[in-house]
Amino acid sequence: MEDRKLMIDLRGIVKRFYIGQPNELEILHGIDLKVCDGEFVSIVGASGSGKSTLMNIIGALDKPTEGDYTLDGVNIIEARDRELSGIRNRKIGFVFQTYNLIARTCALKNVELPMLYRGMGRRERSMRAKELMKLVEMEERMNHTPDELSGGQKQRVAIARAMANDPAIILADEPTGALDSKTGRKIMDLFHRLNEEQGKTIVLITHSPELAQETQRIITVSDGSIIGERKGDGKHADI
Amino acid sequence: MLIFENISLALSGLKSNKTRTLLTMLGIIIGIASVIAVMTVGNSMKNSVTSSMEGMGVHNITVGIKQKSSTRETTESGMTFRAGPRRQTLSKEDYITDDMMEQILSEYPNDIKAFSLTESVGNGKAKYRNLSANVTVTGVNDGYLTANDLTILSGRLFTEKDQKEGKKTAIVSDKFCENIFDGNPDRALGEQITVVLNNKYYHYTVVGVYEYEESAASFDMSSSEDVATQLYLPLKTAQEQNHNRNGFSQITIVASTETDVTAFLETVETYMNRRFYGKNENYEISAFSMESMVSSMTEMLSTISIAIAIIAGISLLVGGIGVMNIMLVSITERTREIGTRKALGAANSSIRLQFIVESVVICLLGGVLGILLGLALGLFAVRVMGYEGSPSVSSIAVSALFSTMIGVFFGYYPANKAAKMNPIDALRYE
Repeated sequence: MEDRKLMIDLRGIVKRFYIGQPNELEILHGIDLKVCDGEFVSIVGASGSGKSTLMNIIGALDKPTEGDYTLDGVNIIEARDRELSGIRNRKIGFVFQTYNLIARTCALKNVELPMLYRGMGRRERSMRAKELMKLVEMEERMNHTPDELSGGQKQRVAIARAMANDPAIILADEPTGALDSKTGRKIMDLFHRLNEEQGKTIVLITHSPELAQETQRIITVSDGSIIGERKGDGKHADI
Repeated sequence: MLIFENISLALSGLKSNKTRTLLTMLGIIIGIASVIAVMTVGNSMKNSVTSSMEGMGVHNITVGIKQKSSTRETTESGMTFRAGPRRQTLSKEDYITDDMMEQILSEYPNDIKAFSLTESVGNGKAKYRNLSANVTVTGVNDGYLTANDLTILSGRLFTEKDQKEGKKTAIVSDKFCENIFDGNPDRALGEQITVVLNNKYYHYTVVGVYEYEESAASFDMSSSEDVATQLYLPLKTAQEQNHNRNGFSQITIVASTETDVTAFLETVETYMNRRFYGKNENYEISAFSMESMVSSMTEMLSTISIAIAIIAGISLLVGGIGVMNIMLVSITERTREIGTRKALGAANSSIRLQFIVESVVICLLGGVLGILLGLALGLFAVRVMGYEGSPSVSSIAVSALFSTMIGVFFGYYPANKAAKMNPIDALRYE
């Protein structure tokens, strides 16, 4: 694994809020984390442990107060606002707990969206979006709007959308949190497939130890620090 | 490319919120519709009035006396002139005399084709046997008949003898003949008619019949049979009947075809005021032409249009604020969507563009509906008033442009607010 390319390289990440004010708050106290290309990593921790803040930093939605962050060879700390949107667009695929599909817009258009922001042509966009819909087995329902889809279907569309620009990492924040266990299982299978077949680097943020166990590496965050790191099974758990 | 995506996105968004969109657009619709309606009416009125006035002779300069006032500037226009001098206070030296006209003619022989002179006698009833018709009796000279392009259907104009000796001859209209002579102009010739004016009876012999032209400018409510048509007398006949030996309070100079009417009008006015009215304490000369009347009329209509445009502008401002309000509501409702878009890589400028396009689409749609509504209202009003409808193309273009500008102006603040949202807070928004 060590010979593989480093995708995420976090060094000494500190995040503080309300800087200089009496209620100054340090959420992350010096996090070091490295994730290699093709890894399937999970970050676990109780709510309030700082894992969401960490996810925001990994996802280039927020910048750390201190520390260095390199994502797929790009220095995130020095990037400006406009460059950050470009980095999010091309290097990161987000999967949210609440799907966050754009309402009143059909599934296919939702998948096209990151490619639209990238400036890809209409025909190319539509072709790629259809391929991705096939990949997540949603080609039957690609013209439906989000409110016509079930939770599991929405999440599959969201995963297809995350894959749109062939990102360096997929960042999934509690992707099965709003789903029943059977549907959640299917979503997890999809992540495994993407990881195994396409070699996608996946960072899964979860509070569920069972889900974390399926990943290759489990990083436990507590109270703003990484308190443990161990190997997982790296394969599907049987439910 | 992003523009088209944004337009279709905005349209689908507006479609799913039809009532709200319509209510938001209402301010814009009403504002634009009122501008277009007023401009359509104004434009149509202007066009018909202008064309009918031009038909009355662009080479005619009307010269009249008017009371001197301390505020000379405000009474320059032809419209105020009509309210002009009060006859009862006129004395002999105030009138425009034949002598003056001769002097003017000798001063500007090349510019003057004729003097058109009239002496109004009054409205009365003309009788022939037991039939009658309404007439307006006016004494005219030859110049008047030339200037007004009378078409003689039967008989002749006045002879020099008629004019010089003040003969009791008359020229009547064909419409007059319809009432009295079974519509046969030839039958009228040589017949003696009786005209009752102020309870006095006058007798005239008909020598000619002219073609009556219904003027578009006169908006007569009476039925066509009651219309009082002009009955012309020789000028001298009318003057004698009025016991007027003083002169004229108003004359019309028919300028030569090659004369610049606007310039000559001022020359004549200045000349007459200096030459004949310099010492007159009460009266002075004021000249105007159809051209100057048309331009002052146009000016007046434009002033009204501008006033209404300002009022409509206020309504558009209110409409714009409504649009801004709804855009602010919309971005609050869609905070998560904005957060998601940012997470997917939308730059601030893309978010800003998305909401500005949405606001422009609302305003432009409102503008188009307003234009259609305004045109419908305006053309309907024009039709009721009996003018020919001619919509103002420039105001339609300006309205479309203006509503786009409102969209950009009032959409910018909400759009910018959306663009500057922090993606983390936006994603977390419930």
